Amino acid sequence: MAEDEISKLIEETGAFDCVECGKCTSVCPAAVYDTEFAPRLIVVKAQEGIKDDPMTKKNIWVCLTCEMCNSMCPYKVNYTGFIQGLRSMYFRRGEVPICSQGGLVHTMQRLMAKEDLKQNRLGWVDDDIKISKDKGEVLLFTGCAYQLGTIFDDRAAFLRDVPKSAVKILNAAGVTPVVLEDEVCCGHDLLWVGDEDSFLKLMDKNIERIKATGVKKVVFTCPECFRTFDVDYQDFSEDLPFEMVHISEFVKDAIDDGKLKLRNIDKKVTYHDSCRLGKHMGIYDPPREVLSAVPGLEMIEMERSREKATCCGVNAWANCEENGKKMQIDRLKEAKGTGAESMLTFCPKCEIHFRCATHNKVPVPIEDVDIEVEDFTNLIAKALEDGE
Amino acid sequence: MSSEGEKKPGSTGGEGWEPNIVAFCCNWCSYAGADLAGVSRFQYPPNIKVIRVMCSGRVEPQFVLRALELGADGVLITGCHIGDCHYLSGNEKAEVRMKMTADLLEMLGIGRDRMRLEWISASEGEKFAETMREFTERIRELGPNPLTNGGEDSG
Repeated sequence: MAEDEISKLIEETGAFDCVECGKCTSVCPAAVYDTEFAPRLIVVKAQEGIKDDPMTKKNIWVCLTCEMCNSMCPYKVNYTGFIQGLRSMYFRRGEVPICSQGGLVHTMQRLMAKEDLKQNRLGWVDDDIKISKDKGEVLLFTGCAYQLGTIFDDRAAFLRDVPKSAVKILNAAGVTPVVLEDEVCCGHDLLWVGDEDSFLKLMDKNIERIKATGVKKVVFTCPECFRTFDVDYQDFSEDLPFEMVHISEFVKDAIDDGKLKLRNIDKKVTYHDSCRLGKHMGIYDPPREVLSAVPGLEMIEMERSREKATCCGVNAWANCEENGKKMQIDRLKEAKGTGAESMLTFCPKCEIHFRCATHNKVPVPIEDVDIEVEDFTNLIAKALEDGE
Repeated sequence: MSSEGEKKPGSTGGEGWEPNIVAFCCNWCSYAGADLAGVSRFQYPPNIKVIRVMCSGRVEPQFVLRALELGADGVLITGCHIGDCHYLSGNEKAEVRMKMTADLLEMLGIGRDRMRLEWISASEGEKFAETMREFTERIRELGPNPLTNGGEDSG
């Protein structure tokens, strides 16, 4: 591994400032279950010039990239960025992790990067909703919720409804969004397993196609797409000429402006802050404010929420294993313990992972974890006043 | 809707193009069916590359996508007839999985026709040969895999 590459990475991520206090390890959700894992050790070994350490090799794939460590570090070391850089280096050497589903999702994304196939990605569009296919002010980036809902039909089929729900919400607020027929995946999963080349191809396609529509605002439902555009695309290319908002922010603003009214839903819910939306993008309040605007809905916080929210146990499909499962079960227990009927979240991956945890046999009594996992966007669509 | 209409201009394969087809055959029925086709001297095109798997249920959606990514023009999955699976229900699982895979191929723009699931028992040598002939012709009609740049990078 190129030494200067590591030195550059150490400099870029501020890893040189690490004072070895160990706060990162103390809050790391992965370290709770894997006692050999420590974000600090990976950085320290790299600084000391220990190359090809077998522990590092294993542990860069154990990391969940949730940024819990970053938020706790007194010297603002970007551990997650450091891990991502290492992953790219390992990927270039051909050392790739074993991904769940045999890497199906990554292959799907690489196919989109490779050739411009004429996709049939708008199967969810029907006459109930209004979309534009080329020009407009606002664009909805649908992400892969529809595809993931198809792949995980047996556990998260509701994901197929997410893009339609998002359009319903936008329509109700008086917006006819542009939805691209030739949108490609944002490339999040490829970036986080280190495949930068394919990621950059996807990035260029998306940026070019969105620019061509001349939209001023892009709305995202998926926290991963949102982060990838707002942070990674702007890092790898240049500042994007459109505003990027998450749908929770959009709904909150629309409610504040009186453009959107939500009707009564009698339900007790709890909210899981996904790492991309919470710790990466700092969006904690808009989803909560949206929930408080739904009459009849009771929101109960989990003990570990906001900055302290734990992870769904898997990142970029690269580390679905025993510890991830334990993490999911513990999180579901916590959610169930609040007495809520369902746990809401925005991230399709979180939803799939939590559903997966209870899909087969569970190591605890099923009544401790059988809370419904529901998509936030779908719930807002249900609460639209003139909906359905 | 298939991807037939989306062929690149001039991608009808040109002169030398031959379909490149991967067939996953289950050990207990279809692979034996292929053997029977062989010993019975039933003719079928040489475009098929057979990969033996222990059960059609072993074939993951990823296998199909990966084969296409690497340049296959078509993918065939064959197994025991429903009710005859050596592992009782492997082929039922394959049926569910391959339906999903076909949906995914359609969404991605590769087209569901590039993949087929067929039940062939050990005694159906003739059916094996017939399926191979039919599928090869179908792929020939569809033309090269759109991912292989009009058949030029196909391996």
